[in-house]
Amino acid sequence: MENQKQGHIANRNEPVISINGLFKSFGELHVLKGIDLNVFKGENVAVLGKSGSGKSVLIKIIAGLLKPDQGEVIVLGKHVDKLQGRELDELRLRIGFSFQSSALYDSMNVYQNLAFPLTMNSKHLGSNEIKDAVMEALDAVGLPDKTGQMPSDLSGGQRKRIGIARTLILKPEIMLYDEPTSGLDPVTSSEINELINDVQKKYKTSSVIITHDLTCAKTTGNRTAMLLDGRFLKIGKFEEVFDTNDEQVKRFFSYNFIQ
Amino acid sequence: MNLGRTKKYVFTKVIDNYLIGIDKAYEFTVRFFREAFKRPFHFREVINQCFEVGLRSLALITVTGFIIGVVFTKQSRPSLEDFGAASWLPSLMGIALVKALGPLVTALICAGKVGSSIGAELGSMKVTEQIDAMEVSAINPYKYLVVTRVMATTITIPLLALYCSFIALYGSYINVHAEEATGITLFYKSAFTSLSFLDLFTSLAKTIVFGFTIGIIGCYKGFNATQGTRGVGKAANQAVVLAMFLVFLEEIVIVQIANWIRYF
Repeated sequence: MENQKQGHIANRNEPVISINGLFKSFGELHVLKGIDLNVFKGENVAVLGKSGSGKSVLIKIIAGLLKPDQGEVIVLGKHVDKLQGRELDELRLRIGFSFQSSALYDSMNVYQNLAFPLTMNSKHLGSNEIKDAVMEALDAVGLPDKTGQMPSDLSGGQRKRIGIARTLILKPEIMLYDEPTSGLDPVTSSEINELINDVQKKYKTSSVIITHDLTCAKTTGNRTAMLLDGRFLKIGKFEEVFDTNDEQVKRFFSYNFIQ
Repeated sequence: MNLGRTKKYVFTKVIDNYLIGIDKAYEFTVRFFREAFKRPFHFREVINQCFEVGLRSLALITVTGFIIGVVFTKQSRPSLEDFGAASWLPSLMGIALVKALGPLVTALICAGKVGSSIGAELGSMKVTEQIDAMEVSAINPYKYLVVTRVMATTITIPLLALYCSFIALYGSYINVHAEEATGITLFYKSAFTSLSFLDLFTSLAKTIVFGFTIGIIGCYKGFNATQGTRGVGKAANQAVVLAMFLVFLEEIVIVQIANWIRYF
């Protein structure tokens, strides 16, 4: 229990993300087969599952990057699948998305990467205000001295941090993390987990953390949801989810534990 | 029996995919006209891309244009001399280089250099989720990446084609001058006297269409790249092949239309 997350208490009355009866297929491949999930204000929900189980598809639907085949996805009171154009953009400004590959723009340095969403969305801001916002976001992820570096010069952990900083610059209410610790060593993974918790506390965000890393789920999630065969097997506290006789869940747990 | 059915299924699927591909490309192209005239306008990015397209191809176009001018003159001279018409060499070069070779060579060079580069760049951005990252930041990636690049190729390739024709004519002049000591002013005047307004207009229209085609094909292939790094290579390769094919096709169609107008 020492590692149990000591995050702030979620407000159970206000779901910021509400997903009901979500289905998504790609041709013959049925990825999500009836997903129901509520994420409450200030809460971190870790979604665990095998590679290819549709975890990333789930958050891409939440961010409006993919359309669901069936079901409703309500984010901050708006039906994401029904939004278009400016309305969708306005909602997206309230959501931060940290990509598995960090998705930093290759042709821009760190400063330009962070300033880009701000300059494109807040035309009224002056260069000094943009500079202050960039430095604040870089400070929040602990990399204030990397402004001039190109993404190719950064380590995997630094890229993840800069990716998170780029989303924080727009002060999102919801953070979506896609495999934040994948491909990182245990020490860097632990730093990223701490950063996710710091972001939750400092920016008062609600988050969905997609991961197959049990340590990440346990450290960052107020609740954990186990995704198996396109459905949530169990949603609850980390220990409750793994208190089961399901063979697949046991195997998932023991493999991660041995690792 | 089963094998026959499977083959039939594979065949119809290929046709399906082909038709779906055409529909997607059509949608992608129509979207350009919808987005190009809507705010916000990224003028600075268009200028950056014009600079990129021009700079990327300028050296190659200079060298190729000059060589084409020299070689084409060298090869045409004996035939004209046989008929005692060597003095028509500047006129022939004017017609050949400005009407046909300049635009075509420029378009083929740009399809190879610029088309592949756009296909690879956007393909790489697609597979590394950079395009998705723009979208979730409420930035329209089509407008920022596609509209700016297509505008840049549509503006820059006609200018490059004009430059190519001038350089090729200069190459031709060097060759003519070596044989007959003709003055440069007289050479260019003779070359352009044989060209009508319709010739120049057709040449310009052709290069605008070529520029648009190269840009939109490069962007379409890059924007729809899949399968990781392999997909990036495939996108770049397909962008070049398809753009070159369409350039030849457009050349035939535009020349035919120009001829109809001429004889109408």
